[in-house]
Amino acid sequence: MDFTEVPVTSERKSKKKKSKKAGNKRMSEAENGESAGVEKKKSEEKMENGESSAAFPPTFSVSEIKNKQRRHMMFMKLKQEKRKQKLQLRKKKKKERAALGDKAPPKEVPKTIENQRVFDETTVDLEDEEIAFDEGTDEFSAYFNRLTNPQVLITTSDRPRGKTVRFCEQLASVIPNAHVYYRRGLALKKIIPQCVARNFTYLMVINEDRLVPNGLVLCHLPDGPTAHFKVSSVRLRKEIKRRGKDPTEHSPEVILNNFSTRLGHTIARLFAALFPQDPNFVGRQVATFHNQRDFIFFRFHRYIFKNEKKVGIQELGPRFTLKLRSLQKGTFDSKYGEYEWVLKRHEMDACRRKFQL
Amino acid sequence: MQGRLPPRHIRLNKDGGPRFVHVFLKPCKTFLSYFISLSLRKIHQTFPFSEGKRDRKRKCSTTTTKSQNFCRNEFNITGLCNRSSCPLSNSQYATIREEKGQCFLYMKVIERAAFPARMWEKVKLSKNYEKALEQIDQNLIYWPRFIRHKCKQRFTKITQYLIRMRKLVLKRQRKLVPLSRKVESREKRKEEKALIAAQLDNAIEKELLERLKQGTYGDIYNFPVHAFDKALEQQDHESESESEEEEAEEEVEQREFVAEDEVEESDLSDFEDMNKLKTSSDEEEQESSEGEEQQEESSDEEEAGASTSKSAARGRKRRAFVEIEYEREVEPVSKSRDF
Repeated sequence: MDFTEVPVTSERKSKKKKSKKAGNKRMSEAENGESAGVEKKKSEEKMENGESSAAFPPTFSVSEIKNKQRRHMMFMKLKQEKRKQKLQLRKKKKKERAALGDKAPPKEVPKTIENQRVFDETTVDLEDEEIAFDEGTDEFSAYFNRLTNPQVLITTSDRPRGKTVRFCEQLASVIPNAHVYYRRGLALKKIIPQCVARNFTYLMVINEDRLVPNGLVLCHLPDGPTAHFKVSSVRLRKEIKRRGKDPTEHSPEVILNNFSTRLGHTIARLFAALFPQDPNFVGRQVATFHNQRDFIFFRFHRYIFKNEKKVGIQELGPRFTLKLRSLQKGTFDSKYGEYEWVLKRHEMDACRRKFQL
Repeated sequence: MQGRLPPRHIRLNKDGGPRFVHVFLKPCKTFLSYFISLSLRKIHQTFPFSEGKRDRKRKCSTTTTKSQNFCRNEFNITGLCNRSSCPLSNSQYATIREEKGQCFLYMKVIERAAFPARMWEKVKLSKNYEKALEQIDQNLIYWPRFIRHKCKQRFTKITQYLIRMRKLVLKRQRKLVPLSRKVESREKRKEEKALIAAQLDNAIEKELLERLKQGTYGDIYNFPVHAFDKALEQQDHESESESEEEEAEEEVEQREFVAEDEVEESDLSDFEDMNKLKTSSDEEEQESSEGEEQQEESSDEEEAGASTSKSAARGRKRRAFVEIEYEREVEPVSKSRDF
């Protein structure tokens, strides 16, 4: 075991610090006493191995060090160095930019997930005839041709508890023409014909799990599609900071953002048909369904235009996020229904840049 | 009915004496005599548990609770651990058991005690409740009334729960879907990132301004859009130095401007308490505009009058009362309005 004597004091200060410099073996007498004998031997061997392959730039990688603490230390050091280099690079670039002034090249656009999104062939062109034709004849055409007024029935799963009940009430205040009914253990398939008979256009069932709403089944009634969503991050009015007063009876406007594919379009129309066609602009209330990376964020705001360029918004009302789980043609029938789209986790969640809505 | 006769053999003790009292009976089927023989037989069988009454844990498989001993033997008729209902300690025993919706009567007699494979006689009971009761009666005709009674009770209970099972299947079934913790936490994280990427407030504001520009609101808002566009163009051309010069001039004339702005603000005063609303636009802009607005605020409030319920009573004041005269787009707008 040949090792060079390294000055003891420096080694003592940084107990487990390793320097990568070639030819510096660290077995000092001081460390013999500190580290375990076996460990020392192993690390010594590894150091030898490492050093045999360690040239600058090293083909030696941090992951080859067997000792966890040392490996961690080395990795931290590596990261710090990288960070420092990056910072230096940025400073340099900034200086150059400042020096060039107006003639500087335009700033590069950073890569975002939205930028890198895999192109979806079902993206809707706004002028596509086929789509226009489809939308003219699908289940929502009655609504969009102003033949029906939306009437929404909101109910829950069995035995709803506190938060869900309040959530239903608040939803009913947000959506005009909405009624909340207590579900008395009835089967949905039996409720649906009754709703149709009473001219409801929508059935909304909020599923509850452990005192918190976690699912939403939205069924368009005469024979419309049924969408099943996962609900998360429900915030009731109490829990929203800096909110305004309660919403009034005016019909809100609807904003639907980022629904780009065919599926997204269908879902967007599903949401749009919840609200009456003629919003009361006097009410200045707006309900937003914003789709981002397959999560649909719902917000309810009151807005005010300060001038042509500035608008102030204030959040009222509940907020929640939805994630589409399945879309089924026809009214609710989980066993025999025909599913247009089902979330298949292994296929669809595999790629980070691929989205469905 | 060969199986029903009392046994003809005698077992001998170690000292040669008879172990059982052998009752010689003529094979008469009278109820009483047979009953006596059976009860005599029973007395001399030891109940397989230790003698002390205090010891509640039997030697066969039982479960004890504070008040009761349960017997885990699958042939037990009542489910409790008693001398009378233990299938191990009674050589003549009967039970009702159910398999896949079918009820069977199991009977055990002492004649078959030596053949454990054939010990239990299995009789299939009819699906009709009354007929099945009759069958039980027929099969257990001279048996002790305790066993007969308990058999019928057990059979009744079994049929009742079978009926209930069939009814429940027709009703709604709750399906429990297991959640995978990894997946849930992954989705939660994705949602948070998506929320940050969405920049909801900005998106909503942009959309609303778009709609305003396109004129979906009709004539409700009286913003002079024409001047707005002009102002934009002008602002593009202007450089900062020029605007600074103008600012110096404007300060002198500002008294006149104030009067103009007051009139215009009154148009907008329909939108009450707009000062109190929160914006997500630049704070500097806000401060500058508020610098102006503060001057007119007092006049506004006099003019605005009572606010409607719609307006926010929120007193959230983002603005610090700083009167900084920044040169922002607001200034050139007011300037162009003059023209």
